Order: sequence, then C-alpha cells, then structure tokens
Amino acid sequence: MIRSAFASLALSAFALCAPALAQDKPAKPSQATIEAYVKSTFGKAPAEWQARITPDESLAACNVHRNQVSSADAEAITKRELARVSYPADGKFLGNWKEGYKVANNGRGGQFSDPPDTVSGGNCFACHQLDPKELSYGTLGPSLAAYGKDRKYDAEAIKDAYTKIYNSQAVVPCSNMPRFGTNKVLSEQQIKDVMAYLFDPESPVNK
Amino acid sequence: MKLTVIGAAVLAAAMTLAAGHLTAQSPPQDDSEKEIERYRQMLSDPFSNPGYLAVDRGEEIWTTKRGTKNVSLEGCDLGEGAGKLEGAYARLPRHFADADKVMDLEQRLLWCMDKVQGLDTKDVLSRRFSSPGKASDLEDLTAFIANKSNGMKLEPQLKHAKELEMAAVGEELFYRRGGVMDFSCATCHAEEGKRIRLQGLPNLSVPGATAQATMATWPTYRVSQSALRTMQHRLWDCYRQQRWPVPDFGSDSLTALTVFLNKQAAGGELNVPSIKR
Repeated sequence: MIRSAFASLALSAFALCAPALAQDKPAKPSQATIEAYVKSTFGKAPAEWQARITPDESLAACNVHRNQVSSADAEAITKRELARVSYPADGKFLGNWKEGYKVANNGRGGQFSDPPDTVSGGNCFACHQLDPKELSYGTLGPSLAAYGKDRKYDAEAIKDAYTKIYNSQAVVPCSNMPRFGTNKVLSEQQIKDVMAYLFDPESPVNK
Repeated sequence: MKLTVIGAAVLAAAMTLAAGHLTAQSPPQDDSEKEIERYRQMLSDPFSNPGYLAVDRGEEIWTTKRGTKNVSLEGCDLGEGAGKLEGAYARLPRHFADADKVMDLEQRLLWCMDKVQGLDTKDVLSRRFSSPGKASDLEDLTAFIANKSNGMKLEPQLKHAKELEMAAVGEELFYRRGGVMDFSCATCHAEEGKRIRLQGLPNLSVPGATAQATMATWPTYRVSQSALRTMQHRLWDCYRQQRWPVPDFGSDSLTALTVFLNKQAAGGELNVPSIKR
C-alpha cells in the first residue's frame, strides 16, 4: 500500500515535470503580452463587462496553473473562497423544488445577447444528470441523480451542497463549476430552490 | 439548382426534427450523433449543401470591381501571391510583411478591401454575420476562398516570430477563465467524450483527429441558423456562451485562438463548406 502510494506519487511527480520537458514549445508569452491581446479583442466592451474578465486572486492562480494548483495555492483558494460564502440568515437551506427545477433547466442570463434584465438560470442540466427521467443532460460534471436520497437528507450534506453551489471553489479549488452565489449569478432564493430540487424527497431527482 | 436547394431545406428540417425526436426518445449516447452524421453525409455533396450558394456569391464578390480604385479583389495577396487562391486558406492565418501582422482570412480581406480597392469597409463590417435577407460579403468570400483549399491539409504557419507568439498566446487564452461563470474554452473542450446537454464536445486541448475534424470543417453551413458561418462567428458564439464580453470582429485574440487550434489540427484535410447542426 505504502509502496504503491509512493509509486503513484513518483508518477505524478513525473507527470508534473513532463510538460517542462516538452519539445518545441515556444516561450510562454508574458502576462503583459496576453493582456494586450485581451484588450485588443474585448477592450471596447463596457467597463463592467471588462471587470468580469479581470481574474480575481483565486482565478488568476487557476489560470496560471491551468487549474492544477499546488497544495499551498489550493489551501489559500479554499480559505479565501469560503470567506466569500454567505449562508441564509434564516438558517433555512431548502426552498421550493419546483422552482428549483426551473432554475436548473434555464440556461439564459449573463450572455451579451441577453437583455440586461434577464434573470439568470443555473443551467445545471448542461453539465449534470439530475432527474433520471430527463435524458437531455450533460456529462461535464458528475451525475446528481438521487443526490439527497443517497445522502439520507443529512443536515451536514445539505450545508456542504449549499456551500458548493454558492462557491464551488470553497470546496474544490479551481473547480470547473461556476461560483453561483459569490459571482451573483443566482440569488439566495434561487440557490435555496435548487437545493430543494436536490434534497426534497418529493423532487424527481430523488424518485 | 433551385430544386436541390429546396431538397436541402427539406432534409435540413428533417434533420432538425429527427434530432429533436431523438433528444426526447432514445438513449442519449451515440444514436442521435450517428443519425446526424448520416444526414450530414447525405448533405455533404455540393449540389445539396446550401453553403455552396455562399461559394457562388463569394466568387462574384471576389471578381467585382469596387472601391475608389474600381478594381476587383483579384489583386489581393492572401499569402500565395496576388489573386492566387489555391491553398491560401489551408495556410491562414499567417504573417503578412506588408501589414507586419498575422491575419486570418477575414482580416486579410478587410485589409485588401481598404488598401487594394479603396473600399470603405463600414458597410461590409456591419454585415459581418449574415441574417435573413442580409447577405455577408465576408462569409461568402470566406466560403469561396476556403473551398479552393479542399483536399489540402491544414498547414499552420509557425515560422515568423509573430506567428509563434500568436500560437502561444492562443494557447494561453484557451485556458483563461473569466466572466460571471468562470468559463474558459477548456471548460468544455479539454476532456474526451464529454457532452453539454446532448451535444458532444470536441477535445481541442490535444493535437490530432478530433481537432482536425473540427478545424478542417469550417466554414460550414449551419442548419440551425440557416446560414454559412466561419470560425470568426464560431468563436464569437463561444465567447457569448462563455459569458464573456463581445469580442471585436477580426481582432488579435480570435486570430491567436485560430492559430492555436489550427496547430492542434495540423494535417487535417479540408472539405468545406461542410454542413453542421
């Protein structure tokens, strides 16, 4: 066991070195060069839009390391992002699962083609299986079918899921999943409704 | 010709319907993809692919005298010499000494309209993407010129320092996350066998067959949009879905991404315009 763990550690160390050895790689462009390209393409957008593509400290680290951050970076990210999670003042995590389904099924909002007052959806089905009867689901994220049932509707699991939806990087540094609460994609009520879609025993997710 | 186009429209409608039907009924795996591929095969000959109408229109625009100099675009050098079209698209984007800039086909066409023809490109740019009743010179020209590289292999130009910079920056941009959803190109296009909803996602993070099949099939006739579209539009649409700001048409980041993607797709044999969902 220890030996195989050591072997896999050695392997992963090799994997980390491998890109550095790669042959014809041109020199990595400077950050200033990259920013100049970004400016030339997106520089005419309104300031508010440009702010959205200015990476914060956590995302900057994810970008530099293509999401494969060191354990020190990982720790800093989870700590920083956890501090950006705000839990419901009323202590209630679960809203209405029927509303939650609508949020999970809605892929609009936040696109430059959307009218500014568009209410954003969570678009959960784009990446996750949820209701097992719905066949049109993506596979970029894990299946969440029977999510609440499998966790016996446990209070701790409920809080963890809320944290994950509110700010995925508070749980998994550089997670591919959006930080729905922290980035203000979804409101607290929308997150509660999605939570109910995952955790209400009556939700199709748990049937 | 008219009949074949109507035939294509009917088939295209059938294809859309079939895809919708499969979405609701059959297992989400390979079946619907296979069906779509079958229709794609049926539509991929020049006489039933509406994208070839754009090729014909493009040829006419290419040879029409316009601008203050009242000359056609035939004096435009797309990298192979003035007026030489064969193989030009397969080797674009590339560095042009006269502009000292790496340009993709559409950037180069705009440059030629300005410099060779003396044409005010404002109107051309306002029609950069076609819409019903409003044709796009740039889409049509791209279809016509890219078609002249059919059967040739994508040959990304990576000799000039600026070409190398483009490839390297393009790779960085591919992995750069941002927007309210924290998405990058890699969020969807860096793993094998993934889907968004039912749509298969090509893994473009590695060189090889998948990247070739993607890049060697643009420009394409998009059935869902009833329009010929180019890589400029595809990247514009990707950034829209990524929740990024509107990218400027024919700007450096888009060209950098195209250079990077063509590098991944080197050796892919062009067959365009293709037809896609």
